[in-house]
Amino acid sequence: MSILDNAKSRAQGLAMAALTKAVALAPDKWIPGSTPDPLIRKQNGHVGKPLSRLDGPLKVAGQARFSAEVALPNMAYAAIVHADTPKGRIASLDTAAAEAVPGVVLVMTHRNAPRMNPMPVFMSAAKAAGPDALPILQDDRIHWSGQPVAVVVAETQEIADEAAGLIAATFKEEPAVTAFAAARAKGTQQGSFMAQPLRNEIGDAEKTLAAAHFRIDARYTTPRHNHNAIELHALTCEWQDDGVLRIHDTTQMVAQEAWTIGRVFGLSEDKVVVTSPFVGGGFGGKGLWQHQACAAAAAKLAKRPVRLMLSRESVYRIVGGRAPTDQRVALGATAEGKLTALIHTGLTAKSPASPMPEPFILPTRSAYAAETMLLDVKTVEIESLSNTFMRAPGEAVGTFALECAIDELAEVAGIDPIELRLRNEPEKDPVSGLPFSGRHLDAAYRMAAEKFGWDRRSPTPRAQREGEWWVGMGCATGTYPYYRMPGGAARITLTAEGAKIDIAAHEMGMGTATAATQVAADRLGLSPEAIAFNYGDSTLPGTVMAGGSQQTASIGASIVAAHRALVAELVKLAGNDSPIAGAKPDELSCRDAGLCRADDEAAYESYASILARANRPSVSAEASPPLPLEMMHWSMHSHAAMFAEVRVNAVTGEVRVSRFLGSFDCGRILNPKTAASQFRGGIIMGLGLALMEETQFDERKGRVMNASLAEYHLPVHLDVPDIEVIWTDIPDPHTPMGARGIGEIGITGTGAAVANAIYNAIGKRVRDLPITLDKLL
Amino acid sequence: MALIVNGIEAPPPADPRVSLLDFLREHRGLTGTKVGCNQGACGACTVIVDGRRVLSCLTLAVQVDGLEVTTIEGLGTPGSLHPLQAAFVEHDGLQCGYCTPGQICSAVAMIEELRRGLPSNVTADLTAGTIAATREELRERMSGNLCRCGAHNGIIAAIEDAFGLENAA
Repeated sequence: MSILDNAKSRAQGLAMAALTKAVALAPDKWIPGSTPDPLIRKQNGHVGKPLSRLDGPLKVAGQARFSAEVALPNMAYAAIVHADTPKGRIASLDTAAAEAVPGVVLVMTHRNAPRMNPMPVFMSAAKAAGPDALPILQDDRIHWSGQPVAVVVAETQEIADEAAGLIAATFKEEPAVTAFAAARAKGTQQGSFMAQPLRNEIGDAEKTLAAAHFRIDARYTTPRHNHNAIELHALTCEWQDDGVLRIHDTTQMVAQEAWTIGRVFGLSEDKVVVTSPFVGGGFGGKGLWQHQACAAAAAKLAKRPVRLMLSRESVYRIVGGRAPTDQRVALGATAEGKLTALIHTGLTAKSPASPMPEPFILPTRSAYAAETMLLDVKTVEIESLSNTFMRAPGEAVGTFALECAIDELAEVAGIDPIELRLRNEPEKDPVSGLPFSGRHLDAAYRMAAEKFGWDRRSPTPRAQREGEWWVGMGCATGTYPYYRMPGGAARITLTAEGAKIDIAAHEMGMGTATAATQVAADRLGLSPEAIAFNYGDSTLPGTVMAGGSQQTASIGASIVAAHRALVAELVKLAGNDSPIAGAKPDELSCRDAGLCRADDEAAYESYASILARANRPSVSAEASPPLPLEMMHWSMHSHAAMFAEVRVNAVTGEVRVSRFLGSFDCGRILNPKTAASQFRGGIIMGLGLALMEETQFDERKGRVMNASLAEYHLPVHLDVPDIEVIWTDIPDPHTPMGARGIGEIGITGTGAAVANAIYNAIGKRVRDLPITLDKLL
Repeated sequence: MALIVNGIEAPPPADPRVSLLDFLREHRGLTGTKVGCNQGACGACTVIVDGRRVLSCLTLAVQVDGLEVTTIEGLGTPGSLHPLQAAFVEHDGLQCGYCTPGQICSAVAMIEELRRGLPSNVTADLTAGTIAATREELRERMSGNLCRCGAHNGIIAAIEDAFGLENAA
């Protein structure tokens, strides 16, 4: 980072800090969410129902068309060749043999690629989505092992793959920092996240720790992870005759991609159209990476449509994952188990070009009432593929360290781990001082402990054995914040038959389209069948990322805004002869495909009647919600109490998770069927994090060693027990629909719950993920 | 000779390198069969060949010349779903839907393996004529089909429901 960038970032940070202070102190009524969403009180019967996902029949019949399944006339197929050196220059790049293969259309390298600008980096502008700003096939420099150096375009995939294998590249390697220890020796930097330093200090935590009645002080390490969506990254793209670059992609950010790719090719964002109706899993990994620009450039050069589906290996080479962490958690407590010192510090590695340190202290900031605190993330730079966000960045690995440490303290203090946690529940946010918008972790724990049979757990390890299996139970707290990012917008078009909602949102399996349909149906007083939820297209209103578990809040707030504008239009159209004449939008409710006065439901007129009298086939309104200031006015977090029962084989060290229960406090649950799947999905990824997942990184050559699904181990059916999920369903009074995000929280706390259960089973504390059997023998 | 894909004869590809997976997707437009790794590690490309489940990415199209290939499109359509497809929707045995066709094709053939008495790695008694369809058996037998969204519980529930295995656990 240059001095200028540093200064800019500091200035942004100061401005943000000043704004944060002002918003925190502002009266409630100035803040979005000050009045509870009317849908919390009164619904039309759709929110909260276990509606099966609306795209289910298409998906189970194989009729949902993913991005690599769009066939364009005269389409060619592409394959990528990667550098295998971490840093240096291309010494030779011989493409002649590849070009000679019959059916090869062209080979694109830095020598003939069209001019491309680097991608504006994520957070550097409202719609910027680049993972880094490295050059894309513009020169002979190599920045990471795996960087694309050539793209083959051919008549068939078989020909493209064959020709890619014939490209001979050699590299002049330069010294590169690829090992954690070497990177640390070069010095550390302060990590920052959202333009704020990842550092908080309250009192003198080290001194307090030293004087504490009980204390623990331990180091926890977590490896690299990859998202591993089963759908490979793929796009089909075309430069149309009208000058529009048309991209059929699989992405969590259609609007951001259109803008960013526009910048790459010097086009305005309306000249790039990105559609993505189905995304075959994302988890943070389906953003922008160099392959989209490579495919678009290849299509430009070939003057024909191009399909690029990355090989599984290419995904590991081009798409970054979660960065490794080396964390310290030290806890000091009184004889009664009240925390006096809470220290959570450590290091994470990032690529020099990545703007994203793994922010593992985020969950700790609002976790416990401690007299003193020291939270700090320092970064080191490893010359590698840029790391990025992966499901619950920060919280997934941060809760592993924090919640294992709490379990360790519970044992030292001789206090039940649940009781210890509840004794340290904060009244208000310990770092920001803000009131919580809704926090019912105690209720989640009590429900879960009873259901799971926590009273049957022995506090002493090695107390239960069945045959050659030791059995243990553990628990941990999961947490994830409520986010709502700026940029939301929606358009509602109402006809006598129903309503169409247009919003540039995404469906990658969360059940977004289904839940949003239920919400829109309740909001408009229509049946779900009368709602068409139209999404996944950059030409639609809004900049709505499917990330940060914020999409449902963003869609919800956007629909609220558009609905309000629509109601105002309808009142105008209704005129003076209507029972709703002269009403303000806030004085009206929707029911039975029409509007009524909130205080007199009999004063009602149907949409069809209003439209017919106005002689209009439809009425449409588009609006944006206010800026998400609620996030700076309340401390807004979801919580979960995670319970695991594990069996550890006394002979082999093999760990089996035999039972799991997640108890969630995430506000109102909009659809119990799809929400349960989201919770279970997060938990299962958490089981992977606990027991098997690791992107193995060769510290000598800066290269991912297990770039395949055979060698990167994911939980498979036999690894996944019946997972029970329950929830408080207490609405958050300050969020749209009373809901908080649910997509990421499942992976948080799960790793610690499993680790704590393993300790309870065999008395061995493993603080280094994944907990594989070799570490238990 | 020809392949018989969902009951329809299809001439084999001219290029012998074409996998059954690419033949279905790129030559026949049957994109319901998915590609997750192209190396036999994920199961997304599972189809049924003469009643047995096969990884179409590791099978050349010319190898199944003359054989009956059933893909997800051959099991049912959105308006007329196979009982297992309907059970997947009911039990939410899917999220993103990408591994789903492979899971369903795999399960349809897996049930036949179970009924034929073929043992698995978790079958305790190899001499018993019939094998109980316990959840452990189903999970073991479906472990070649990866799911990253975490729909595993729903998938197993859907299989039990569609094939009348309820309470087998």
